[in-house]
Amino acid sequence: MATIVTVTSGKGGVGKTTSSAAIAAGLAQAGHRTVVIDFDVGLRNLDLIMGVERRVVFDFVSVIAGEATLNQALIQDKRLENLSILAASQTKDKDALTEEGVGQVLDQLAEMGFEYIVCDSPAGIERGATMALHFADHAVIVTNPEVSSVRDSDRILGILQSKSKRAKEGGKVHEHLLITRYDPARVENGEMLSKEDVCDILAVKLIGVIPESKSVLKASNTGVPVILDDDADAGLAYSDAVARFLGEDRPMRFVTPKKQGLFSRILGGGD
Amino acid sequence: MALFGLFSGKKKTSAAAAKERLQILISHERQNRNGPDFLPDLQRDILAVVKKYVAVRDDHVSIRLDRAGDASVLELNVTLPEN
Ligand SMILES: Nc1ncnc2c1ncn2[C@@H]1O[C@H](COP(=O)(O)OP(=O)(O)O)[C@@H](O)[C@H]1O
Ligand SMILES: [Mg+2]
Repeated sequence: MATIVTVTSGKGGVGKTTSSAAIAAGLAQAGHRTVVIDFDVGLRNLDLIMGVERRVVFDFVSVIAGEATLNQALIQDKRLENLSILAASQTKDKDALTEEGVGQVLDQLAEMGFEYIVCDSPAGIERGATMALHFADHAVIVTNPEVSSVRDSDRILGILQSKSKRAKEGGKVHEHLLITRYDPARVENGEMLSKEDVCDILAVKLIGVIPESKSVLKASNTGVPVILDDDADAGLAYSDAVARFLGEDRPMRFVTPKKQGLFSRILGGGD
Repeated sequence: MALFGLFSGKKKTSAAAAKERLQILISHERQNRNGPDFLPDLQRDILAVVKKYVAVRDDHVSIRLDRAGDASVLELNVTLPEN
């Protein structure tokens, strides 16, 4: 039995792909056979973030269309032997993702022995996104501490609770809140919703808080999931989140402002 | 400015405003989505009937379903224009 983990948010640009890459790499690092699938048909990007863009020959849609086998389309990560990537199509349109086709690919991945199938959802609530939500066992709701992102996350929660396969069968998708691009200094100044605020509003269990970090751009520049950067605060925060997902109890890090001298504080250096 | 900020702790922050707005909006949106599927259609039909008699704006008719014990209460609010 494979566990399907969908990384979703509603709103675009909040960090779903960054988080999908990090979570998949983290699960693989922890010894679990993992595959990460890009559901953003037409706008693939996971391949770039994973650093495999030059190795994509076949993709998710070509497998569904029967033009390639799953084995031909899966890209084995060169850093982590437990990790594979299934890219999205760049050309086909998103209607290519049929419920039957997606279901068959997921079943086949489970048969191949993958323990975790991480689905990187596109933004919005159209086909790619609803397909990724439909099959979820777990949903990681990626939210920025910002009004439109929080509102969209709540809409996604509504869809999970009414339209997902599990919900329709009378069950429940396990929900996890992942707050990203968190800036503790701005939270302290009252300029940004705090993690407690977001948790209060959405009423979902917090699995991690990823700080706003320069290391994320560096990681995407080089095509290395940020979780593999041991010096990066964001990478360490993702490691903690994955450990919590796997049942470990870890305190939150990087949620208070970096210490500053009294002098720079008086001069207003808090930004 | 930073010094000033230290002493103005009582002023409502923008984050607090965001939280308050979100809580109101989301509780409203959750109510709508937990309602029966026909609620939006019912609202549209009622609006059409009201409009036959009074010129009201679309957003001046609101409808919600509340549960009170074992009964459901359908609440209809129509804001009529001044004249
Ligand atoms: N924690 C972070 N700190 C700084 N930048 C981030 C962080 N998370 C994501 N980003 C940046 O935000 C942008 C959108 O991220 P991405 O993962 O592609 O979002 P999505 O898949 O939700 O559209 C990217 O430029 C990414 O580098
Ligand atoms: Mg993305």
